[in-house]
Amino acid sequence: MLAKRIIPCLDVKDGRVVKGVNFVNLRDAGDPVELAALYDSEGADELVFLDISASVEGRATMVEVVRQTAGEIAIPFTVGGGISTPEDMKRILRAGADKIGINTAAVNNPQLILEGARHFGSQCIVVAMDAKYNEAWGEWEVYTHGGRTPTGIRALTWAKEAERLGAGEILLTSMDADGTKDGFDLKLTAAVCDLLSIPVIASGGAGRIDHFYDVFTAGKADAGLAATIFHYKEIAIHDLKADLKQRGVEIR
Amino acid sequence: MTVAIVDYGMGNLHSVSKAVERLGYTSLVTADAGEILAADSVILPGVGAFGDAMEHLRASGMDVVVKAVAEAGQPLLGICLGMQLLFSSSEEHGEHKGLDLLPGSVVRFAPRDGYKVPHMGWNKLGFLQPASPLLTGLEEGHVYFVHSYHVLAGSDSDLLAVTDYGHPVTAVVGRNHVYGMQFHPEKSGELGIKLLGNFLRLRREQA
Repeated sequence: MLAKRIIPCLDVKDGRVVKGVNFVNLRDAGDPVELAALYDSEGADELVFLDISASVEGRATMVEVVRQTAGEIAIPFTVGGGISTPEDMKRILRAGADKIGINTAAVNNPQLILEGARHFGSQCIVVAMDAKYNEAWGEWEVYTHGGRTPTGIRALTWAKEAERLGAGEILLTSMDADGTKDGFDLKLTAAVCDLLSIPVIASGGAGRIDHFYDVFTAGKADAGLAATIFHYKEIAIHDLKADLKQRGVEIR
Repeated sequence: MTVAIVDYGMGNLHSVSKAVERLGYTSLVTADAGEILAADSVILPGVGAFGDAMEHLRASGMDVVVKAVAEAGQPLLGICLGMQLLFSSSEEHGEHKGLDLLPGSVVRFAPRDGYKVPHMGWNKLGFLQPASPLLTGLEEGHVYFVHSYHVLAGSDSDLLAVTDYGHPVTAVVGRNHVYGMQFHPEKSGELGIKLLGNFLRLRREQA
């Protein structure tokens, strides 16, 4: 049986980690490579880098970050942010990333999922989606551009379509739960997991160890992703994994 | 000590190469027959489809070189698809002949409830032959798998470790100095690095 995965997410801008990094034992807390190595040693099962650089130079810097990270860590990692063509994917994969995350670009051009899967294999293609509950519909809507643009697309429909086109995994962020620290959106996560046969990474809302237990049981997720609570050491990965293991969750 | 990583145009070799270097060895990503045959040990990586990989191996002449490595008694390790290539045949997108250094075939995971394909993620190794030089001194733990096809070994004595995915799945194989790992040791945390370290400690067999 596969172990449930714990995945810290690092936001990187122009080659530097941004947003809430509070590690006293790092020489340079803004260095993504050093932080990645630390998370590897603390027992993270996988890492996600989200490149939020806006410039061409920033993106070029990310390739170098990927290259260095691949040489330093012994766990798989995904890179997302600003990837919109198979050439972008190739550049990042060749630099040593294991998977590519695509979000807005996939909504704008769903064929990108198909092309990516054909060229590099489904296991490399992670479709990231930001979903928010739409009261009028009574279900969730997909947002793009970092959660700024509603698309009119139903999240469940899009998740199924992404799977059909060859996505290997869904990174599902609940915009309603994100930042609340009140727990993952279990309803949304379970709805997507029930619908798909590819793995689902739940994201948004983690504040306590219990929340991970809930998302792996009631939420049926294959992996749980968080940023701030790990960066600020509110939850140590080692403690989290020990607790889950003790409660009978399959953990590495 | 030099470790040759066979470069035949399939997959990303950077992570394997760096892992080898972190263990204190010189890694050489190469398609040069002389360099490969002179190395202390040889790694055959691989990501992608079996048929494509065999074509690339043949086109680059690396199929002959890898077989020569096995004959010369140099320690050889196939990783992921590289392990599958060591076997007789595969049914991935048609019937393909492999390098046939080990008997057995590569088949697709049969669909089963609760077991997604590809088999992707961390799964626990069960050691069948804990005294094997590859496993000695190590404890059973999780390693990182990504594959849709798996090996049915023709000989039980070649099976060193398995993992459970609804049924026992071939995870580590070995016969004489020819070894294979279905998972990615370079992506498998501390245990993966130790497994790789055990392989790199093997020495060429004296003829």
